[in-house]
Amino acid sequence: MLKTFKIGGVHPPGSKLSAGRPIENLPLPLSVFIPLAQHIGSPAVPVVARGDVVKTGQLIARSNGFVSANIHSSVSGKVKKIDSMADSSGYPRQGIMIDVEGDEWMEDIDRSETLSREIDVDGQEIIDKIQKAGIVGLGGATFPTHVKLIPPKGMKVEILLINGVECEPYLTSDHRLMLEKADEILTGTRFLMKALKVKKAVVGIEKNKPDAVRLFAEKSKSYEGISIIELKVKYPQGGEKQLIKAVTGREVPSGALPVAVGAIVSNVGTAFAVYEAVRKNKPLIERVVTITGKGLANPSNFKVRIGTPTSAIIEAAGGLPEDTGKIISGGPMMGRAITHPEMPVTKGTSGIILMKKTESRRQEVIECIRCSRCVRACPMGLEPYFLMTASEKNLFDIVEKERIMDCIECGSCSYICPSKRPLLDYIRYGKAKVGQIIRTRKK
Amino acid sequence: MDKLFTVSPSPHIFSGDSTRKIMYRVAIALLPALLWAVFIFGLDTLRVTSIAVGACLGVEYIIQKYLMKQKPSISDGSALVTGILLAFNVPSGLPWWIIVIGAVTAIGIGKMSFGGLGCNIFNPALVGRVFLLISFPVQMNTWPSIAIDGVDSITSATPLSLIKEGLAKGMPVSEMLESMPPVSDLLLGYSGGSLGEMSALLLIIGGIYLMIRKVITWHIPVSVIATVILVSGVFWFSDPVEYINPVYHILTGGLMLGAIFMATDMVSSPMTPKGQIIYGVGIGIITICIRLFGAYPEGISFAILIMNAVTPILNMYCKPKRFGGR
Ligand code: SF4
Ligand code: SF4
Repeated sequence: MLKTFKIGGVHPPGSKLSAGRPIENLPLPLSVFIPLAQHIGSPAVPVVARGDVVKTGQLIARSNGFVSANIHSSVSGKVKKIDSMADSSGYPRQGIMIDVEGDEWMEDIDRSETLSREIDVDGQEIIDKIQKAGIVGLGGATFPTHVKLIPPKGMKVEILLINGVECEPYLTSDHRLMLEKADEILTGTRFLMKALKVKKAVVGIEKNKPDAVRLFAEKSKSYEGISIIELKVKYPQGGEKQLIKAVTGREVPSGALPVAVGAIVSNVGTAFAVYEAVRKNKPLIERVVTITGKGLANPSNFKVRIGTPTSAIIEAAGGLPEDTGKIISGGPMMGRAITHPEMPVTKGTSGIILMKKTESRRQEVIECIRCSRCVRACPMGLEPYFLMTASEKNLFDIVEKERIMDCIECGSCSYICPSKRPLLDYIRYGKAKVGQIIRTRKK
Repeated sequence: MDKLFTVSPSPHIFSGDSTRKIMYRVAIALLPALLWAVFIFGLDTLRVTSIAVGACLGVEYIIQKYLMKQKPSISDGSALVTGILLAFNVPSGLPWWIIVIGAVTAIGIGKMSFGGLGCNIFNPALVGRVFLLISFPVQMNTWPSIAIDGVDSITSATPLSLIKEGLAKGMPVSEMLESMPPVSDLLLGYSGGSLGEMSALLLIIGGIYLMIRKVITWHIPVSVIATVILVSGVFWFSDPVEYINPVYHILTGGLMLGAIFMATDMVSSPMTPKGQIIYGVGIGIITICIRLFGAYPEGISFAILIMNAVTPILNMYCKPKRFGGR
């Protein structure tokens, strides 16, 4: 029996249309817009001004504080302006716009593809390089990686988990990266292990990627301390807490960080970026993005420079289908719908999904029939039907007691509800309110 | 590319399941038992069922449209299921106007007075049935004979009511059972009773279908049936002359119909496995208590209604297992 997490979970259809498509380089766009806040934490501070000429890989915004991340230019060219653009949530976000001229890289970046597996740097040096390269979690959470590598005082990390689950339907960027850059990912994992001073790392991959499972089982033999585990397919196994539970059997206590049970989780894309930063001195300026959708001509996986407009990726995959009703940045379960296709790819963009008009329409909401499907689906053991009703009625003290803050916003409840109730919409509202209450209480 | 796109929060995909599909699956699961009833009781079965279903749909439509001033939603399948279940719980010879009264009570009082689908505390079909049982005891206990030849037919009484009467006269159960239909007849459905409670086997098949289609889980039916076997078994073991054996208990008096189709009504049963098991055990105990010590020969309808009332409390105290402990 393959392992998986115990409570809840759903099985949305995989729809991995682009799984067989090797990663291609996306042609350089005419201009990029690089947001200053692409990570959790405070936005970076620009160190260039309008009119400056920058090279690919040059630092253009400095991290502002410990929980923040450096930002580098993903192209060479001239800084056109530092301005704001509405992001997916509709708020204007500051960013740097650069007109592309040629592709001239910083001299200290090694652009060769040759594999180099030596682990000859010490832990602190690795952390410094990761911080300098502006690496954040590429699975979508975008938490600055160097912060994760320095556990809070008194906490001991015992195991590093590498997340190759990619449980979101449609997305294949991690899968392709695993197939094409296995050694790089495993070397990056060794760096992370060294930085964390752990002896053991486990790569978790779901059964629906048998080629990646086979490849990693074979390759990991030549990397000390790294093993792989094949997991049963179940959403949201890529959630940190669910992955830790599935692999180690440990449950991260309510409100605590994974490190409380001695575990740190990193995505395969992050491990690859760590490899490039440490071995090749390359900052995080590009990532693999899946572009997919049922109506799209060529669902693909592209290596995309950060800041590239979404429209350029759509063009490269065959153009926007006529009946597109919704554009999603990220996966269909947790991703965000974007308002216009000029929005840039950021460090956290794992995929772009074009949904047909018919797919994107929400169905009629009817009364809760108390079928308990949402309760059975919730991976955190919550009662979504109740949290929704109580949030709707503004009963915030009650929803707090019923652990609304444990909700990981995986969307399993809304997905499964036969009455099509917008459970997560109301739970988010409840969480936001309870969050405010908790903050004022602390003051 | 300056079209406007839909912006909505995640998730962006939804399962193909719908409340309507769930309701229609319940109706499909009831079909084998319905066909059997047609075979046994003849066309009267269709008369009763169509009147019950038609009246339930009609009452719901009228109340939604003219009293509640909402868009009627009778196509959601819930009134259809209530109608079939109401028909399943009455004798096949019931006059049409009594069926209509049952439907008005079931939908009007049992469901719409609470606010409609999802808001009711009690199983609507059972509210209708119990109302009829109390108001029209004679008609509700007139059991027509079986329409097919070559089978020993029992008229005017169900096995359980015969035994209850016999016990009142001081006859020992063990003797009475000899003149009752054998267990195999009960399993297949050759005894007297309400429309849909005849064949335990076909009801079980319907239940298995519902479990495979993930409409219900095993918790409620299994805990009800197991409790009935256990509790009645204790009595039977202590005195096989005075008490009916457990097998007879679970095959008669609508127990299968109640355990598989009535107690599992989602709206009026608990949400968590723990709550569902307590609920099922409660139904089992109360059923046996009514059968052995109460005035009615059956009892599962009352037992389910009583536990329906306890459901909100069970939901409050039986929480799912939280991730990450407390
Ligand atoms: S899944 Fe939907 S209908 Fe079922 S209990 Fe939850 S909210 Fe109610
Ligand atoms: S979104 Fe929150 S409440 Fe809904 S299933 Fe996921 S964790 Fe549970």
